[in-house]
Amino acid sequence: MKGGEKIRRAPGFIPRTIFFWLFMLFLYGPIAVIAILSFQGPQGGLTFPMTGFSLHWFKDVIDPTYIGDFRWPFGRSVILAVIVMALTVLVSFLAGLAYRKGFVGGTVLFYLVITCLVAPSFLVSLGIGLGFANLEMQTQWWSGGLGAHLSWTVPIGVLIMLAVFARFDRSLEEAARDLGATEWQNLRNVVIPIMAPGMIAVGLFGFTLSYDEFPRTSLVTGTANTLPVEMVAVTGTAATPSLYAVGTMTTVFSLAVIIISFVAIYFVQARRAGRARSVQARYGKKPDVSD
Amino acid sequence: MNGSVAALTPILKRCSSALQVTPLSVVLLLFLVGPVIVILIFSFYIFNGFFMEPGFVTDNYEGIFTSFNTLEAYLATFKIAAITWAITLVFGFILSYYFVFDIIAFRWKIFLFLLSVVPFWTSGVVRMISWIPFLGKEGLLNRALQGIGVIDEPLEFLLFSEFAVIVSYVHMYTLFMVAPLFNVMAKIDRSLIEAARDSGASAIQIFFNIIVPLCKPGIAIGTIFVVALVMGDFVSIRVLSGGQAGTVLMSMRNQVDVLQYPFACASAVLLLIVLLMIVGGIMSVVDVRKQL
Repeated sequence: MKGGEKIRRAPGFIPRTIFFWLFMLFLYGPIAVIAILSFQGPQGGLTFPMTGFSLHWFKDVIDPTYIGDFRWPFGRSVILAVIVMALTVLVSFLAGLAYRKGFVGGTVLFYLVITCLVAPSFLVSLGIGLGFANLEMQTQWWSGGLGAHLSWTVPIGVLIMLAVFARFDRSLEEAARDLGATEWQNLRNVVIPIMAPGMIAVGLFGFTLSYDEFPRTSLVTGTANTLPVEMVAVTGTAATPSLYAVGTMTTVFSLAVIIISFVAIYFVQARRAGRARSVQARYGKKPDVSD
Repeated sequence: MNGSVAALTPILKRCSSALQVTPLSVVLLLFLVGPVIVILIFSFYIFNGFFMEPGFVTDNYEGIFTSFNTLEAYLATFKIAAITWAITLVFGFILSYYFVFDIIAFRWKIFLFLLSVVPFWTSGVVRMISWIPFLGKEGLLNRALQGIGVIDEPLEFLLFSEFAVIVSYVHMYTLFMVAPLFNVMAKIDRSLIEAARDSGASAIQIFFNIIVPLCKPGIAIGTIFVVALVMGDFVSIRVLSGGQAGTVLMSMRNQVDVLQYPFACASAVLLLIVLLMIVGGIMSVVDVRKQL
């Protein structure tokens, strides 16, 4: 579209552009308000006006004075999110492999995945909680909580994996097999490298959805809360601007995770493109590698 | 390779799918089927007013089906779900139309799409809480409206109302509509639209007779997500409705708070059946698996 040619826009382009940016304001505005209010002065309250500009409430999160210690819940949430991420990537990648070949009961299992996705989070939480109680065990964030998180991240991971595998060019594998690759070599050197960006995406979903999960976790954390559960607990009682400070910090943390994931996907793809170019340079023709 | 291994290979190959799908089956059995069975069993337990005892009575279900509150709670839930669905659908269409047809450079399409998806990966609790200083009586919106002289008294209905709940749903769930709509709309063959235009179709005719029908699978998937999330939510309802909205989940949550587990379980079973009927109905019209 370069070269001075004027692009003819469809009718309604300007109203839609305005709508898009208003929607962005709607999407990010409230979070920005929280971010600003977390710099509230030490005497300030939960709403405007700002009584000053201080780091008081951030200090209160890092070194709590009276209510709500967010440090341990944060640690638990991160550990749980890492475990959930690893399990989600593994379970959904293996399920994706199985669905490629097809298996008896595949349709039934697919409907179970959908059911898991639409089942009210409260029902899952209540069921796991009562199940543990019935076995006379105390549910904890790393047991019942882990299960509750997997019931949300695994269905999403499986759906993403199915979508990514559906766009997978099978002829690449056939070529590898024709060249004498074993099943394992094929998986290790062909399938996994091609699937890597999709697996990183599933990992991103697994980590962030677990890290931020509240409804499914609410009844199964046992004696020690995860960060979102702790935050909602504080919302109901004596909230101070430290709630906003922790909200700002956790949002910044999530943004960092998102950026790291995208950078990782970018590097994986850039490396692949670089390899394709070097093959091209060596053999003087374009390698038959699509995407 | 000796004979016995050669004979084993096809069997191993056959088993490999079964092995690969075992972890998924275990997760679903332990954390979906298991909890549902537990809920089902507890829904038939006896509740004597203070605690529950094992048993098999249908009292809990009779209580639900004869109570006027059940009908009221379902109507309230459906109403909120329908309003949220309609708004997210319109927003979803405008946004994905903008990404697909208005933005030309592929990089920009992806960038603007990601910009509207990023909040999904941040804390829902924070996004929900963030409406309180925005919509409150002393909140930013009221101050701004008073500042420019539109209103004299702060608007009370903004926070702790059904309005606040719906705003937070639209805020959190619109992208569940945008993503599937963007996916199906991007696949529409442009030559179809050009052909229609050449035959003299107006922009509105093209939209309603070509784009909307081709977007049906995306509408279906978005609808499943939005309806299931709204009907299953109790967090926004609890924090933002101020006790105004008596949805199904709110009454369940209240029953759990006073330890009436058998009633809560029975209404959970009913809600799951209602949800699965809605989702099943949508999936019988559109093949969701084909869209992946």
